Amino acid sequence: MFVPFLLALRAAGVPASITEHLALLGAMKAGAADGSVEDFYYLARAALVKDERHLDRFDRVFAACFKGLGEASGDAPGGISADIPEEWLRQLAEKFLTPEEMAKIASLGGFEALMETLRQRLAEQQGRHQGGSKWIGTAGTSPFGAYGYNPEGVRIGQDRSRHKSAVKVWDQREFRDLDDRVELGTRGMKLALRRLRRFAREGAASELDLSGTIQATAANAGTLDLRLRAERRNAVKILLLLDIGGSMDEHVQRSSELFSAARAEFKYLEHFYFHNCPYERLWRDHRRRAESSLPTTDLLRLYGPDWKLIFVGDAAMSPYELDMPGGSAEHWNEEPGAAWISRLSGHFRRSAWINPTPPRDWAHVRTIRRIQDLMEGRMMPLSLAGLDEMARALLH
Amino acid sequence: MAGFRSSAQYIATRDLEVAVNAAVTLQRPLLVKGEPGTGKTVLAQEVARALEMPLIEWHIKSTTKAQQGLYEYDAVARLRDGQLGDARVHDISNYILRGKLWEAFTAPSPVVVLIDEIDKADIEFPNDLLLELDRMRFFVYETREEVAAIHRPVVIITSNNEKELPDAFLRRCFFHYIRFPDRDTMERIVAAHFPDLRADLAREALSVFFRLRDVPGLKKKPATSELLDWLKLLMAEDMPPEALRSSETQIVIPPLHGALLKNEQDIHLFERLAFLARRQGG
Repeated sequence: MFVPFLLALRAAGVPASITEHLALLGAMKAGAADGSVEDFYYLARAALVKDERHLDRFDRVFAACFKGLGEASGDAPGGISADIPEEWLRQLAEKFLTPEEMAKIASLGGFEALMETLRQRLAEQQGRHQGGSKWIGTAGTSPFGAYGYNPEGVRIGQDRSRHKSAVKVWDQREFRDLDDRVELGTRGMKLALRRLRRFAREGAASELDLSGTIQATAANAGTLDLRLRAERRNAVKILLLLDIGGSMDEHVQRSSELFSAARAEFKYLEHFYFHNCPYERLWRDHRRRAESSLPTTDLLRLYGPDWKLIFVGDAAMSPYELDMPGGSAEHWNEEPGAAWISRLSGHFRRSAWINPTPPRDWAHVRTIRRIQDLMEGRMMPLSLAGLDEMARALLH
Repeated sequence: MAGFRSSAQYIATRDLEVAVNAAVTLQRPLLVKGEPGTGKTVLAQEVARALEMPLIEWHIKSTTKAQQGLYEYDAVARLRDGQLGDARVHDISNYILRGKLWEAFTAPSPVVVLIDEIDKADIEFPNDLLLELDRMRFFVYETREEVAAIHRPVVIITSNNEKELPDAFLRRCFFHYIRFPDRDTMERIVAAHFPDLRADLAREALSVFFRLRDVPGLKKKPATSELLDWLKLLMAEDMPPEALRSSETQIVIPPLHGALLKNEQDIHLFERLAFLARRQGG
């Protein structure tokens, strides 16, 4: 019973096991869900999902497996709208514009004009293909759904469902925000990150200090004099700045592995996102970046120089973004990205840049070489060896 | 069996009811997560009340060890007694201090055990309790006795997501994530707590509250418990609803905001926003 459902869940990345499956069957047998589909959904969710990040995946699999259950609903939750990442626009530019056009536009006004033309072109495209939401793909498989953002308010693809007919609970996908696609297999990274641990005695004295006690007792003529001391704790503080630009899409999985490993390993871990290159604002939640953004100057004020700064990014971007005021692909920036990188790495005593692209490709990308210089050579690949190297750079 | 339902004091959504009842029926621990202040801890009290069982609360701190929930051997006291020549020293069981789980296992009637904020403890903490929570029995090495649960207690565990919990531990639990209540649910919660609150005041207060939660950059968003505290204050001060009203565009600092904003950076941020809004308006 429900075995295909269980297998579909596992395929979708919800780590449900036989234990959970048996628990669900046991609960069904005991009558914990009496007949109603909704109760069954709640019960299955409580039994099979153990992490709120998996709730959204569960909802989708449930919808797919139990389609047609309960009263017939109006529409399938097909056209999930996705905002288009900027890197995609760039790739689309090559598709939709001829080389001659691109050359012409480039001669007129550089890449900004290029982007503008592309947007117009895509807007027309949208107009001609009524209801054409399919070409974005559904949110499940494409990283664009999760990591998408909206360059200057251009929204391509179909908007949220126009049909407001009966939507079932699991189709509401209320937990979409919580899914962060963290994969298993982070153990090796955790071990590498453990090198960063620095133990210090902090907090309440709760541990018997044996040698201190012996000494104090001896000094006390044999009457017991207990000495306590604070426990050793990992006192290292990590500040992660993660690139979620479009070109990072192929590295999403490994970057999120790194993130989840770091999260499990460090008590003091803060993270912010940037797009291609850090500028005057960073943000904490990549789906609600407008509300969750923080001025970079505030970041410098909030986190002291003793925090260890780690950038995670492929450092592949347009050279404009690094060296020209206003070079950012998405907004007008007063100062070039390079100035912000130097400011950040200058403020924190220890900093490093983790690059998920293989080192053999580094030499071919101009901006990687440039950032390698800005970071004074502290760019490491996202591999266990690279993490080891990073740990050494951050500690010594 | 008496099930767990929304009560006059505690508004539970249907999914929470199903999760609690499934955990109670199958005698497995229920892991509850959710934003701070959404009623995770109160849930255990309400479950205990609904099932008419006593509640044993075990609050976890960063220094808590799994062993402390079972028992502790107070070697230091025994050493001291030994030095002073106390006769108690010859019986080791005098120095075995019973923990919360021992208490729960040996209670004469079934109890509800709350393990509050399990993620505060060391990363090994949940692993150390795996077997004990699964089989509901443990062994006391010092006295060579085995403590087994007379009645399997209902175990409710809360977590604030500060650390990830091990898979083996999760596999044994039922799980529920308490979402932040939407406006309708919140109105029911407010009505349950303050039945004699004036409707217009409640409406204004909820508007202020939800708008406050939407302010970007707050370090600690006010949650249900803050809202209830604030309403209590408003009622005690007999605040007229007009005092809360503000136009859609204009942000004013709500009266008695100390109950809602718990951190000075948040208050500063809010004051700055209010200042900017006034300047734009004026």
